[in-house]
Amino acid sequence: MKLKNWKELPEGAIIKNTPTSPEFKTGEWKTKEPYYHAEKCTHCLLCWLYCPDSVITVKNKKIDVFLLEYCKGCGICAKICPVNAIEMREVEL
Amino acid sequence: MKKNFISLKELSERNIGLAPGHRACAGCPFPSIVRMVLSASDNPVVVANATGCLEVTSTIFPYSAWPVPWIHSAFENVAATIAGIETAFRVFKKRGIIPENKKINFIAFGGDGATYDIGLQALSGAIERGHNFLYILYDNQAYMNTGIQRSSATPFGANTTTSPAGKVIPGKLQDRKDITEIIAAHGTPYVAQASPSHFYDFISKIRKAFEIKGPKFIAVLSPCVPGWGYRENESIEIAKLAVETCFWPLYEIEHGVYKLTYKPAKKLPVRIWLEKQERFKHLINREELITEIQKKVDEKWERLLNLDGKKIF
Repeated sequence: MKLKNWKELPEGAIIKNTPTSPEFKTGEWKTKEPYYHAEKCTHCLLCWLYCPDSVITVKNKKIDVFLLEYCKGCGICAKICPVNAIEMREVEL
Repeated sequence: MKKNFISLKELSERNIGLAPGHRACAGCPFPSIVRMVLSASDNPVVVANATGCLEVTSTIFPYSAWPVPWIHSAFENVAATIAGIETAFRVFKKRGIIPENKKINFIAFGGDGATYDIGLQALSGAIERGHNFLYILYDNQAYMNTGIQRSSATPFGANTTTSPAGKVIPGKLQDRKDITEIIAAHGTPYVAQASPSHFYDFISKIRKAFEIKGPKFIAVLSPCVPGWGYRENESIEIAKLAVETCFWPLYEIEHGVYKLTYKPAKKLPVRIWLEKQERFKHLINREELITEIQKKVDEKWERLLNLDGKKIF
């Protein structure tokens, strides 16, 4: 990324159109990633609530897709799941 | 309490929280804390954020993970910043620039460094002036953002880089300050202590706080993976154990009335919580120090049990 000079930067370093952080993919940090067993899931939404990286999305009050390009692989979702519907698997680097 | 709760299904429909792509450590629980706070609000929110882990990791220019109006302020003055925003809002209403019936919830986020130590005077002042805001303290019990230096939130015996545990000195020698009691002593309308692991309790407290006029304060325990030394998938479990061992009791003080919002069915010995963390590793074989910590926890818990349901001011 080419750095901007001071004339090109917004005044007061104001960031407009937030959130802009999704442009930065944090998924490459991970060594493990969650594997979702949809058939076991009861849609209690605990994993959605506790996922620190907003990887788990909800649609119509049900678990939808996992945005794995942001997943840092912490494994909180697998740990919190009461029915073991999420399993952490090693990522091939 | 029940009327204040909003189900997870409803919360998921609102789903306002940090966007993905922020750079908090893997397993850090504060993004979940932010999600609970922002999603629980029925009105639009304005957030002021003190310097600290949350600010540093969520807004690395030109990226920001915040979906709401957000302002950064220095370590020492987040309470003053939010007080100023709230005052401007009131003045704009008076001048007719903003409609009279418009409601906005003002929230300040600060870590333990920005609350217990550096920002205490600004927070104390804002509370004394009676501004209408909610202060959320995410307490990770040291200056984690700069490399785990001790703060006045660090508990007795914890190993940090500025209170290293060695052969003679067993980590930090002083006790942590009880910030909840300090804020309560101001005569604050609503003060509470919460934990992300008990989300029902936490969300109810947030919603209750939004309904009360005047300054509100909620202290939330926020375990830290590198600072406390545990596996990154255990954050919520560690927070839960802190509550179950009564190290971090869940209670609230509403208009001076104490209320314990959660009593563990079986109070666990504090050793179980200490053993889980690398920062207390040196204490495991020192029975006399663990007994001392247990004694302090018991004393505080007894005090709270006695105060439960009583009015202090």
